[in-house]
This record gives sequence, structure tokens and C-alpha cells, in this order.
Amino acid sequence: MIEIDRVRKEFGDGTDTFIALDDVSVTIRENEFFTLLGPSGCGKTTLLRVIAGFVDPTAGRVTLDGQDLLGLPPFRRPVNTVFQSYALFPHMTVAENIGFGLQMLNRPKAEVKQTVDEMLALVKMTQMAGRRTSEISGGQQQRVALARALAPRPKLLLLDEPLSALDYKLRKEMQLELKRLQAETGITFIFVTHDQEEALTMSDRIAVMNGGQIRQIGGPREIYDRPTDRFVADFIGETNFLAVEVLDFADEQARLRLPSGAEIAAHAPAEGIPRGAATLAIRPEHTSLCDPEGAALKGKLSDIVYFGTDTHYHVALDGDTRFVLREQNQPGGHEARAVGDTVGVRLAPGTGQVLRD
Amino acid sequence: MPDPARRETRNRWLLLTPTLVVLLFAASGPLIIVLIYSFLTPGDYGGVVWKFSLDGWFNVLFNRDFFTDQVTFADAHLSIFWRSIKLSVLTTILTFIFGFPTAYFIATRPRAKRDLWMLLIMIPFWTNLLIRTFAVMELIRNEGTINTLLMRLGIIHEPIQMLFTEFAILLGMTYVYLPLMVLPIYASMERMDFNLVEAGYDLYATRWQVLRRVILPLVKPGVIAGSILVFVPSLGAYVTPRVLGGGTDLMIGNLIELQFGQGRNWPLGAALSLTLLVIVTVALLFYVRTAGEEDSHHG
Ligand SMILES: Nc1ncnc2c1ncn2[C@@H]1O[C@H](COP(=O)(O)OP(=O)(O)OP(=O)(O)O)[C@@H](O)[C@H]1O
Ligand SMILES: [Mg+2]
Repeated sequence: MIEIDRVRKEFGDGTDTFIALDDVSVTIRENEFFTLLGPSGCGKTTLLRVIAGFVDPTAGRVTLDGQDLLGLPPFRRPVNTVFQSYALFPHMTVAENIGFGLQMLNRPKAEVKQTVDEMLALVKMTQMAGRRTSEISGGQQQRVALARALAPRPKLLLLDEPLSALDYKLRKEMQLELKRLQAETGITFIFVTHDQEEALTMSDRIAVMNGGQIRQIGGPREIYDRPTDRFVADFIGETNFLAVEVLDFADEQARLRLPSGAEIAAHAPAEGIPRGAATLAIRPEHTSLCDPEGAALKGKLSDIVYFGTDTHYHVALDGDTRFVLREQNQPGGHEARAVGDTVGVRLAPGTGQVLRD
Repeated sequence: MPDPARRETRNRWLLLTPTLVVLLFAASGPLIIVLIYSFLTPGDYGGVVWKFSLDGWFNVLFNRDFFTDQVTFADAHLSIFWRSIKLSVLTTILTFIFGFPTAYFIATRPRAKRDLWMLLIMIPFWTNLLIRTFAVMELIRNEGTINTLLMRLGIIHEPIQMLFTEFAILLGMTYVYLPLMVLPIYASMERMDFNLVEAGYDLYATRWQVLRRVILPLVKPGVIAGSILVFVPSLGAYVTPRVLGGGTDLMIGNLIELQFGQGRNWPLGAALSLTLLVIVTVALLFYVRTAGEEDSHHG
């Protein structure tokens, strides 16, 4: 279990400081696949580097299984990193790269060899053991980097956007492989990405970061369906935001009045939401088109975009709010609606999440 | 119409001409002259007499007693060769010991500051060699800065004799040739991916192990280049040993100069020059071979 307690990192001096990590606290469980997700520059790499020991935080504590990590130099921490650029040693072979950590730990030769062979098999690189790292492909380098970091059996593996340099297909393949490796080795993974789809498909839990802060921690479903603030809702997936008025709150449900005057119920944060102005976040795929008659929301169809699996309808709601909804395409179905039609938007019961303004 | 392939060939030769001219006249020409001179007879007042003789080469290693015709080793020459090789090797090692951390320091500064640091390293190099050597002399002579300071502080009561010793030559050459070591090491270090250093630390390598197992192998080309750049001119050094070694601790360069000057034995001077060339070549071959071997050993 790794506990990160109010870790703060300021770069620069006196007059010109930049806060890269703003009192970040999170507890990561044993054998968890934990993802840090956030836009570029939000502090993901900095947080990893604090854990690995390459950056000294300005304040805060980091403990691994109760052991204080911050007092230890990087080479004393039972933590390994898969670097974004892989950072394989170019003057060594694949096998030498993988064995490096064990060698530095002074493990007996036979053990090093055995573990290297196991690791080579694990990442399916046995054939390439004697190659130079410059003589293998990007995906293979990625696997070697992974094997090298796993070989010393760290308690914690840090992965900094390890898949970002790979093409789409290889990336999908490696995502599965990473999950398999994590299950097989039982090592805790902290995985950094700015790809939300990757985060949602791979993680046990996700921390969404922005501006050096963790904005929400939760399982993929929770993060997607129940974002707690506007940044998270906006960053992950597509979201429609509607200005609403909260009339009432009870039991994680809020009664809202829409601009159209219609009243609906929506999910709200457990800690409650004050009456008055708020924002309602609605996922495009949780809605469908319907007759304008008696619909909670209605407007004019301004655009229809065909995506193969589904079709996106852009609706200009009364009051000029843009609303996107998504419907799955049916076999042989043909377009029954045209741009300019007046349509209604049906909100399935329980759709939407109320966010504090 | 001229054949395009032939014109291509002709153009290539034309382009090569300046290189060939330089090679012919600047490099091979003097070498051939020196080679011929080494097989001639010395003239009475310097110069050569066009009469074939092996005495020049003979005298590189041996002495023939003028009266008894007895042949002995030329001990003076041998000790000068030995001193030259020893001091050059030591200079190379010392410039490495001081130059490597310097290059590392500069390469790890913020990018904007690196050029400034390199400039500071290079500035002395733009000054005349003689002036720099005299500066060292001023530092270490008996009434010089170091001795005066030590005596004022009461650490010593008699000045330490540093000038006109091998130590003085070593100090002078190390100082003078340091930039030649720093520059190529810095160049390869700047190209080095410092993520690899972090990867080393991450994989449980201590600072020393990272240096030994990651940084050194990666900047090895720079170290080899720097060593050659320092070793070769050190072996032929002339000004520094002359000024700082006094008249007594000669090196090959001084010995050669002596033959063309006071000694009036140009063939011996020519033969000594070629001997120097041979020593340099053999040393370099040996060095590059061992350095390369260690490389393939690791690979
Ligand atoms: N050594 C440093 N000195 C000054 N500022 C730094 C330093 N390292 C990082 N920063 C700043 O801290 C912020 C966070 O950087 P970090 O590398 O953690 O971002 P990131 O979330 O990993 O982004 P990306 O997705 O682009 O990799 C950035 O604004 C960056 O400019
Ligand atoms: Mg990053």
C-alpha cells in the first residue's frame, strides 16, 4: 500500500514559483492498477518522479507499506519505472538490459539468468535476447522496458505513458498485455496516461488530475457516470452541460428545473447540493431523440454526423444551448430526420449528474 | 556529347583536388623529406650532406665511443623517451580525472548556461601557449604565488622546489591540454540521454555504478577522442617542458629541437622525429585496440 500525503512541489525560486503538485493525497492499494489521468502539464510525471525519487517534494510524505520513501535515494526504493522514452541502455543487449537491476542488487549469476529468461518469456522476447536495443522495433523496446522494470520484482511499478509512442493496433495489444502482466505478477501499477479511453479500460481506479491537483478518485464507472466537478465531466468523454436550478435534494437525488420549465430528477453528489443555480452534466449516449411534444428538452436539429457505429445529432436547444446526443445505428436503418427538424430530447430516468457551480 | 558517367568521375576528381594537394604537400611532402634526411650525413654547420648513412638511425638508440668504437645504449635518449611517454600518459590520465567531472558538470547545467561554461573553459585556449606556460611558472617558482602564500601562512619555511621538475612539466601540460579533454567528452555527454542515468538509479545502481556501467560506456567515444587529442601533442610537447622543465628534464620534442639547433645533427633529428611518429602510432593502435576490445566484450 502506498500512501501519498499532502505532497506539494513548487518549481522555481522565491518570486517566480510554479506549483506543479498542489497538496496531492491518495492511497493506492496492494495489487491495484491505478491510473493518473489528466491533461498535459497537470503534474502526472512530477508525481511519479516524486515517488521514484528523482524529484524532492517541497512538502508532504510518501510511504510504501509503512516505510518512508522520501528519505531514500532512488536506488534504495523498491520501486521501478517504465520510462516514457523507454530509456533502454543502448550499449547493452536486450538480456543485459533486463538483468541490469538484478545485477545491481548483487543477485547470484544463476538467479539473474533464470529471472532474465523468465522475463524474456513473459514479454515474448526470448528470440531477441541477444539483440541490441537499437535493433528491435518500438513495440519490442516497450516490452523490454517493461521486462527490465519487472525483473527485480519491485513492490510498485510506475509507468509514464508507456504506450503513447505506439500505433493504435499495437497499443490495444499492449494494453491487454499490461493487464495480463499485472495480474500475473501481482505488482501494484501506477499508470500515467492522458488518454481517457485507455484509463477507463485498464484501471481499477483512476485519479483525474488538473493543475497539480487531484480532482476526483474513483473506479472507471464512477468517474464516467458520476463526475464530481465540471472539469472531470468535461475531460472524460463528451458531456452536455445545462444550466439548471436545484429545487430539492434528498438521498443523492436532486429535483431540478430545466430552463424550459420542465422538472426532472437527477443524481447528485452524496454530500448534497445547495438549492439554486447548478450545472447538469448529461452524456450524449444516455439520451435519445423523441417527439418534441411534451419533451423535457426540445430544439432544432443543426447537424447530423454519421460515425459508423452511431450517429451524433447536434441540437440547438431553445435558448441557444448546443446539445449533442448519440444514437446507435440499427441494421438497414435509414435517416428519418433532417437538419432543421424540430426534435425533442428524451432523458432516460436517472440520467445526468448535478454539479456544483 | 561527353559520357555522363565519365563526367561524373572527372567532377569527383576535381572536387577532391584540394584535399589531395593538401595531403601531398602539407602531410606527405615534409614527411618524405624528413625520411630522406634521416638517411643522410650531417653537415658540419647543420644541414645535410647528400651521402647515404645509417648513423642517424643508429644514434637514436646507440652510442659509438669516439675512440674505442665501443657500442653502448644511448641512455640519455632512452630516459628521454621514457620520460616523454610517462609524462604524456600521466597528463592524459590527469586531464581525464579533472576533465571528466568538468564536462559532466557543464553537461548537467541548464542548456542556456552551458555555452557560457564552455566559453570559460575555452578562453585560456585562445591565449598564446607561451603566455599560459609562463603563468604556470609564475605560480610555482620559488618566489611565486604558491610558495609565497604557503610561507606567509607559516605552513612551510623553505620554498618548495617545484619549477624545473617533472612535476612542473606535468602540471603545465595538464593545464594546457585540459580543454582538449573536456571538449570531446562534453560533446558526447551532451548527446547522451540523461534518462538513461535515471534509469540506472531506478534499477538500483549506486552513483558509482551508474558512472561505471552507464555514463562511461556511453561517453566512451568522447573519452577516446579526448585521450588522443591530449596524448599526441603531449608526447611531442616542446614549449612546456622547455620552460617548466628547465634545461634538465627534456622530452622528445626538446631532444629533436636540440639536434636541429646546437647539436647540428639533422639526420639524427629527422630519425628522432620519425621515432616519435612511430611511438605515437603504436600507442594509438594499442589504445584504440584495447578500448575497442572492451567494447565488443560488453556487447
Ligand atoms: N524541472 C522543472 N522545472 C520547472 N518546471 C517544471 C519542471 N518539471 C516540470 N515542470 C512543470 O511542472 C508542470 C507539470 O509537469 P509534468 O511533467 O508533471 O506534467 P505531465 O502531467 O506529466 O504532462 P505531460 O502529459 O505533458 O507529460 C509543467 O507545467 C512543467 O512545465
Ligand atoms: Mg509527463
